[in-house]
Amino acid sequence: MNRSRVKELLSEWLGRVAADDGLDWLHEQREEIATGAPRRTFYTSFSAVTRYIDKHDLNLSTEDLNAADEARSGWQPVNWSADQAGRTLIVLSLPHENKDEYLHVLDRVFTHADVGESVALYQALPLLPYPEAHRDRAAEGVRTNMTSVLEAVAHRNPYPAEHFDEGAWNQMVLKLIFEGSPLYPIHRLDERANPTLARMLVDYAHERWAADRSVPPELWRLVGPYAQASALDDLERVLHDGTAAEREAAALALSASPVARAETLLQDEAPELKQEVESGSLTWKDFQEKRLEAMA
Amino acid sequence: MSDATNADSPDDPMMFLDPHVHMVSRTTDDYEAMRDAGVVAVIEPAFWLGQPRTSLGAFEHYFSMLVGWERFRAGQFGIRHYCTIGLNSKEANNVGLAEDVMDLLPLYACKEGVVAIGEIGYDDMTDAEDRFFHEQAELAKELDMLVMVHTPHRNKKEGTSRSMDLCEEHGMDPSRVIIDHNNEETVEEVLDRGYWCAFTIYPETKMSNERMVDIVQQYGSERIFVDSAADWGVSDPLGVPKTAKLMLQRGIPEEDVRKVCYENALTAYSQSGQIDEEDWLDPPAIDQRQLYGGNSVLRGGRDPEVRDPDERRHDNLIID
Repeated sequence: MNRSRVKELLSEWLGRVAADDGLDWLHEQREEIATGAPRRTFYTSFSAVTRYIDKHDLNLSTEDLNAADEARSGWQPVNWSADQAGRTLIVLSLPHENKDEYLHVLDRVFTHADVGESVALYQALPLLPYPEAHRDRAAEGVRTNMTSVLEAVAHRNPYPAEHFDEGAWNQMVLKLIFEGSPLYPIHRLDERANPTLARMLVDYAHERWAADRSVPPELWRLVGPYAQASALDDLERVLHDGTAAEREAAALALSASPVARAETLLQDEAPELKQEVESGSLTWKDFQEKRLEAMA
Repeated sequence: MSDATNADSPDDPMMFLDPHVHMVSRTTDDYEAMRDAGVVAVIEPAFWLGQPRTSLGAFEHYFSMLVGWERFRAGQFGIRHYCTIGLNSKEANNVGLAEDVMDLLPLYACKEGVVAIGEIGYDDMTDAEDRFFHEQAELAKELDMLVMVHTPHRNKKEGTSRSMDLCEEHGMDPSRVIIDHNNEETVEEVLDRGYWCAFTIYPETKMSNERMVDIVQQYGSERIFVDSAADWGVSDPLGVPKTAKLMLQRGIPEEDVRKVCYENALTAYSQSGQIDEEDWLDPPAIDQRQLYGGNSVLRGGRDPEVRDPDERRHDNLIID
């Protein structure tokens, strides 16, 4: 990662939306913190950002996002706001030569964080030094019941894909499903799919059905590649009884199954969807745009 | 409730601010009822929890909860949540712990949505209470913050006078201090000395709705406002809207009711720069995403996102 480029980008984006006096204040705080100001200066200026910088969205362009990805692979500050960028710049100015000291201060700021601060901190995880040291913290973020904080860890954040073991990864996906959050904004979602997760998701779907509740169609995306035997029965059921969106999801999932029966099933139950999948006119990306983003 | 209050102007339902309510002790039913009754925002002052805390971590967790989980939780019901941060007078008497809490306060006091140092003041008026009241008044000066004063339940009149003396000793402008839990015996002095004068509608120990109406009839609506201080005791989270309803029924002009149940508290606390009507009328996109799960808080209780209140409330035994 090119951390100085990250800081440059953040400053540039912030410069477009923040007022001059706010930018001056931020510059001053960063200088002080970088040159060894007492911890209290760091804590209070981190909190005080919203007193100096308005909470406008950064509204980044595709070029901006490409530049972000270039500076730090997988970094996607799509929904970032000005105060969030300011807070990240303050955290990035914290000296980190002394690892223990740095991690202690970071731990304190996480512990005391309010909702907006928590979101800023978790989204900044992929930009921080000592990435391996934040694993427990990130897993802790997944346990929260504050959806926005959970999503700050899980969505458009390369940290979990890079540092979560399979257990932590699976819990994250399941928690998102449980909270009604979408899965598509997870970085490297398909790549980290695994048979254990597929089984957990199928169990979850059964629980939902038992309670006469709907099953988020996106769930089948991670079941498909491992769908055999009984999971195929489940997908057949969805193709049979599901809504249009659910049937599309089931068709996409079946088309990813390595088992021959999946193809037959798809051909018998939904030949029209099979054709759409094969011709490339129905993909998970289309599904996301048509079925999920439209709802958000 | 909201029907009666809004009978005169159904298109523009009345909005309420409860500037003192301890939501950490309340249920989701309370949040729904408050929202249905038109409460659009609440201020939760840091206080004790019914029994004294015994470690610093307990304070740390409590303050984090006020700015974290509770803020989020309120948002799920379309209510905007603010708080005050401070060491309350009861727990000031554990001096060793209180000293540690004093070191913690600056970390929370500057956070977004923290509208004052409070609730601070006297309980028994001990030396320790006096010491930490002074120290927090000084902290408020240093951080350029408002102060929210809890006046004692015992020896109230003297405690209230002394609280104002102390604020003036620290050079505080009375217009930046809110004196809470007033009654018929303290209202005059508090208003005369230029402070914001808050009344707590707390059925058994503090002020009743009826008495509150009399006070507004006698003293008018300048610098006076009403709160519920609902907490873990026998209390009513609908204290503000219910008092508003009674005031309207007793012929107090709607404009005065609006001041006492919404506007004055907003004016007082907006001096902090941390609370603004726009926060609930037209919140920035980032707040909508973080606090309300993408939904905006709808003006004045129209079309709340929560379940249909009528359906739920007509029969408490409905199973849904």
